[in-house]
Amino acid sequence: MTTLDSSKEIQKNNSEVNETHEDFRMFGLITFLIADGMTFAGFFAAYLTYKAVNPLPDGAIYELELPIPTLNTILLLVSSATFHKAGKALLKDKNSDSQKWLFITAFLGIIFLICQLFEYFHLPFGLTDNLFASTFYALTGFHGLHVTLGTLMILIIAWQSRINGGRLTSQNMFPLEAVELYWHFVDGIWVVLFIILYLL
Amino acid sequence: MTISIDPQKTNNESLQPKGWLRYFSFSLDHKVIGIQYLVCGFLFYLIGGTLASAIRIELASPMSDFMPRDVYNQVLTLHGTIMIFLWIVPVVNGAFGNYLIPFYVGARDMAFPRLNAVAFWLIPPSGLMLVASYFVEGAAQAGWTAYPPLSITTPQSGQIIWILSVLLLGGSSIFGGINFIATIIKLRRPGLKLMQLPMYCWAMLGTSLLVVLSTPVLAGTLILLSFDIIANTGFFNPVLGGNVVVYQHLFWFYSHPAVYIMVLPAFGLVSEILPVHARKPLFGYTTMVFSIMGIVVLGLVVWAHHMFTSGTPPWMRLFFTIATAFIAVPTGIKFFNWVATLWGGKISINSAMLFSCGFIINFVFGGITGVALAQVPFDIHVHDTYFVVAHFHYIVYGGTVFIIFSSIYHWFPKVTGKMLNEKLGILHFIITFIGFNLCFAPQHWLGLNGMPRRVAEYDPQFQFVNQISSLGALLMAISTIPFLINVFLSVRNGKNAGDNPWNALTPEWLTSSPPPVENWEGEAPLVEEPYGYGKEISEQK
Repeated sequence: MTTLDSSKEIQKNNSEVNETHEDFRMFGLITFLIADGMTFAGFFAAYLTYKAVNPLPDGAIYELELPIPTLNTILLLVSSATFHKAGKALLKDKNSDSQKWLFITAFLGIIFLICQLFEYFHLPFGLTDNLFASTFYALTGFHGLHVTLGTLMILIIAWQSRINGGRLTSQNMFPLEAVELYWHFVDGIWVVLFIILYLL
Repeated sequence: MTISIDPQKTNNESLQPKGWLRYFSFSLDHKVIGIQYLVCGFLFYLIGGTLASAIRIELASPMSDFMPRDVYNQVLTLHGTIMIFLWIVPVVNGAFGNYLIPFYVGARDMAFPRLNAVAFWLIPPSGLMLVASYFVEGAAQAGWTAYPPLSITTPQSGQIIWILSVLLLGGSSIFGGINFIATIIKLRRPGLKLMQLPMYCWAMLGTSLLVVLSTPVLAGTLILLSFDIIANTGFFNPVLGGNVVVYQHLFWFYSHPAVYIMVLPAFGLVSEILPVHARKPLFGYTTMVFSIMGIVVLGLVVWAHHMFTSGTPPWMRLFFTIATAFIAVPTGIKFFNWVATLWGGKISINSAMLFSCGFIINFVFGGITGVALAQVPFDIHVHDTYFVVAHFHYIVYGGTVFIIFSSIYHWFPKVTGKMLNEKLGILHFIITFIGFNLCFAPQHWLGLNGMPRRVAEYDPQFQFVNQISSLGALLMAISTIPFLINVFLSVRNGKNAGDNPWNALTPEWLTSSPPPVENWEGEAPLVEEPYGYGKEISEQK
């Protein structure tokens, strides 16, 4: 009985092979990024509230050096542009160009993370020193986690855009487009974070 | 860009286990996942109900003689967390949403079937983890709100497991929300307009928006709280310069919308059930849609009414009181619409209808106490007393759980192809309704007279009323028995239901019972008037 049922099932499915629907994976990703953005919004709201109502203890250092984060901002903005280049190249079926631009983007992401770590090691405060320090590390750390994941994903799609055996083609752009959107999102969050945390 | 369905892949999916075994597999069928949500949720409901019985046994006497005080705190924390995150939210969203939404939009499955299965399979491990945390140095003791500094000072391992578990459940909820939004907006059958969707789709769209916008904030907050516990940071620890009230703001930014996440789907379900059993079109479809969206928008800006005693400044009290009072308007519109749907209808008195009417009665009562609680002077008087406990149980039990039972009676024939026994169903309703009101109505009086919540011991003058309440809880526990007997008997040898026992017009009834794997044998039907009752009669004349 069971075998009969499943064979009927297969036949039915075969007759419906031609059914198609719109690709809404990008829609799902955008919804997810809105949710992710709300996590950051919660952190930002907490940080701004602390700044407004919780005075730091006397002698607490909360002045940040600007050169490294400014460099980091430039790195991420440039990486957004290089990622865009990679997408353009793939659209024209230039896979090796696309791969080159993706590696450059991943490289910029790694440099960003190294700079971030360098800043961490040279800051005059640690995680538990005061409220500002904790919030600083939580915000930049959470963002750094996003950059780390993004860099890993870029390396994966760079590997997948190789000429022989790679799965990325101008017909199958979605993985690249998805990671690109995520990367722009992470960059955008960094710009907001830079303004709120370093400049304000 | 379009996606064509890969024949190889579909074949593999149809080779998944058949029969009852498929409910224990990583099935991608939205109907299987829906039932998985429902049964899993119901098992946790039984655990949470056992804990509730333990609470009521303890409170039958003024001293803490049934269990020690710290165990009482653990029991009430587990009870709250299990009931909210493992029973109501997964069942009223995940179970019915997964089962019904693809039918309603004329699709063969959800938009992201794999994400859907992942969302479900996050629930059992996190639930088991939560229950198991009792055996590791004690479960969390800080209540389902986990307010610091209490959650920082109580034993750590239980609290950390609680945080992990709620984070996983929140993730599951977000994945589900993304899936519902994509399904309702993107996967509609060609030709089906948004304003032709059954009301439950609108309710789930609103709920999913709330889930996607507010749950991540809770996740972020709990991550910060876990840093406070593990890494000794001071986000919410006043000793280290932190701010407790920030936790409350962030927590309630999720947890007030969570109330609507629990109750909006119930609003949608009752809007499906009432027209069928009253044989009348749903009254005021358009106002219903706008009411739901109004509740979604207002629901995001009322959270601080939970914090009137947390040193909120006067302007904040004023704003949140007014915003909360405004929510009564769309909610009231919905209630008038339901009553108007019943008005002059050809009402069948069956279990589904009775539970829906019970919902209307209980929820109106809970809604009125809710408006009362939004008023600052009154709220300050009854804050953290049993009045609040009574209020939210009228919302979540008298409201949502009644609708869950109503929906089970309504859709059981579709899921199994068998009818439930009506006599046992009506018995179930009578015991539940009496037990519920006996249990929670006296608690309003207790709260007004100053009995605090979350305390194992109380002033002996409250003993008699507490015993009445415990008697009601006993009846509620008993009420599960006829329901379980009913389900087991009916699955085995219930009356055959046929495809459409209620003569309903919504799309899920237009396929066989139980429905085939991809919902329809041929093309999905286009249902332009899901509530067109009464029209076929006038055509016959």
